[in-house]
Amino acid sequence: MSAAAAGARGRPDTSRAPPTRARGPLPWLKANLFASAPNAVATLLLGAALVRVLPPVVRWLVTDAVYAPDYRACRALEYRAACWGFVTEKHRLILFGRYPYAEQWRPLAATLLVFVALLVTAHPRSWRRWLLPAWAVVLAAFLLLMGGGALGLSPVEAGLWGGLPLTVLLTLVGMSASIPIGLVLALGRRSRLPLFRAASSLYIEMIRGVPLITVLFVASFVFPLLLPQGLRLDVLARVALGITFFQAAYMAEVVRGGLQALPRGQYEAAASVGLTWWQTQRKVILPQALTLVIPSFVNSLLSTFMDTSLVTVVSMYDLTGALRLALGDPQWRHFFLEGYLFVAAVYFTCCLAMSRYSAWLEGRLGSWARRPGAVQA
Amino acid sequence: MLLALLLLAGAWLWSNTRANLAARQIHSGFHFLREPAGFAIGEGLVPYSPTDSYLWAFAAGIANTLRVAAVGIALATFLGIAVGVGRLSRNALVRWLCTAYVELLRNVPLIVQLFAWYMAATEILPEAANPLEFAPHVYLSKEGLQFPTPVWAMGWALALAGALIGILCAVGLYRWARARGERTGHRPRVFWAALSMALALPLLGWLSGGAPRALDVPELTTFNVSGGAGVTPEFLALLIGLATFTSAYIAEIVRSGILAVPHGQTEAAEALGLSRRQVLRLVVFPQALRVIVPPLTSQYLNLTKNSSLAVAIGYPDLVSIANTAINQNGQALECILLIMCVYLTINLLTALAMGFYNRRVTLVER
Repeated sequence: MSAAAAGARGRPDTSRAPPTRARGPLPWLKANLFASAPNAVATLLLGAALVRVLPPVVRWLVTDAVYAPDYRACRALEYRAACWGFVTEKHRLILFGRYPYAEQWRPLAATLLVFVALLVTAHPRSWRRWLLPAWAVVLAAFLLLMGGGALGLSPVEAGLWGGLPLTVLLTLVGMSASIPIGLVLALGRRSRLPLFRAASSLYIEMIRGVPLITVLFVASFVFPLLLPQGLRLDVLARVALGITFFQAAYMAEVVRGGLQALPRGQYEAAASVGLTWWQTQRKVILPQALTLVIPSFVNSLLSTFMDTSLVTVVSMYDLTGALRLALGDPQWRHFFLEGYLFVAAVYFTCCLAMSRYSAWLEGRLGSWARRPGAVQA
Repeated sequence: MLLALLLLAGAWLWSNTRANLAARQIHSGFHFLREPAGFAIGEGLVPYSPTDSYLWAFAAGIANTLRVAAVGIALATFLGIAVGVGRLSRNALVRWLCTAYVELLRNVPLIVQLFAWYMAATEILPEAANPLEFAPHVYLSKEGLQFPTPVWAMGWALALAGALIGILCAVGLYRWARARGERTGHRPRVFWAALSMALALPLLGWLSGGAPRALDVPELTTFNVSGGAGVTPEFLALLIGLATFTSAYIAEIVRSGILAVPHGQTEAAEALGLSRRQVLRLVVFPQALRVIVPPLTSQYLNLTKNSSLAVAIGYPDLVSIANTAINQNGQALECILLIMCVYLTINLLTALAMGFYNRRVTLVER
């Protein structure tokens, strides 16, 4: 109280030491681990627990584990250590599903192609006009490599595609096809035509209200009923369509977020220079709105990537489904934990990379959006 | 023109569907709901036998969905708040552990986690004849979790009534204290009075009903555990998977909600002479809640929707039962329509409740 009073009268407060700005490991330890008595107790307790738990975990995971696909050695462990032999033995089944064994370089090449394309796309410097046709080429090359039937590649029917390439394909198709639909829906939701607006809102709210599984059920049970008799769509196409329709509703909300972030002045300025509705959207609104939501696009990509794992339920063998295929072998079934850890690690690496990238982008675009004279979001 | 296009497309799809249904000899319509379902359901709150109708089977499925969602939401909220606050801890070790928890759970698809939990429950846990007993008469095995439950008696009904009245009284007392505080500037302390009211009344009800103490205790027999109440490994796996997965998202919501309250608010409250607890209770918490609640509700909805993944591990929720029904009678259109209607109704009800809440807490700008 006296200190506060002294401060109020304009005299410096000498009753408390000035805050220190010490750097280095020791002050850091003091501030972050031993700041107060309960804090220190928590640190010691947690530290002790970690020291007890971590070494056995590391031994189980790494040092004592069996890496060779040697079933007997794995059994001899009696679960006291991980049997990565299961993953070594089955990694091609897990990664590529039932794709013909001799031809598995093709899904590998196709997947690597997409990863390289993603890496190139990730850099804002490559956000140019050529990117769209480039992705069309990548997608075509992917399908050609997977399906074959040309350039001397033997044809492989879509029913045999599986593993990581299938996950990548469904993500890619779901994402890229849902962007235009989502764009139309988002514009529809803000349209002045009541019918268009109502239809868009109804679609978006309905899809967002139901779980993805029901949409996949629609894709596998109802789509065949909707098509004219004699016309058949294979299950891969139907499921890809289902994921697209599902993702489109979420994409519409992402785009709407960008549209809402633009101030009215942009519309008014466009109208005052005499632009039509289409010109306004194409030249003024969409370029700004879409740039604002690029980080959200990356997050959508991430959730689509994770959502594709649900296709296991309608008996497709994506990465998750292919693991279950591998676990169908009764000999190795006991080592399911290792299998799930492996698949989880694949998903984790991809997803963490995407979410970190999105955060980085947000910071970068954030500073771009805050540049002098920029639109205030 | 747009209308005409939509109608045309609808008519085309409808005629295709009619033709296809005719070709497959499926009679569309909802009258199948009255026919006996004929399949068994593993567990549930609703008494059901295979001779009951499809309609009743769907009701059992909805009850199962709501059951796992309700318990899951409670568990996820608790875990999520703990981890979210932990991520803001001053202790670096706590912070790191909570961050690792969130990142690990958020970046692996839920279905992979569910499969792993389910395999763990059915492969690693001991056989039913030799279960883990981690509290007296609480058994965990491949058959699931078995625990003692009180035998229903009059005393329990009275206790329940007492609890209801007690809570109402406590709320009334609290409101009275608040109103008085606003009128006179002096707020009576009613916390302990309200708490004892809420605790004493159910106790009184229990005692006046003869203080029933009979428990239905699971006992270990030669082959398995019998008696008591139990949940299946499917339920356990789904519950743990959903709760931990959702808790990671809730943790992030709680963290950003707390961070969203500007530090100036805390400083201003301290300058007014509020104590640390008052600052949290009166200034930071109400403002953080305003940011937290809307996304929290959507996480609750997500959890409910995600519970449909039950179909992958065989827990008989609404979607698995619909799936079984479709495989049995081919009435895919009707069954899927039914699922969608149920989920949309849940969504609509939540949205209405949210709207009500939002109107109450929105800032009144002057």
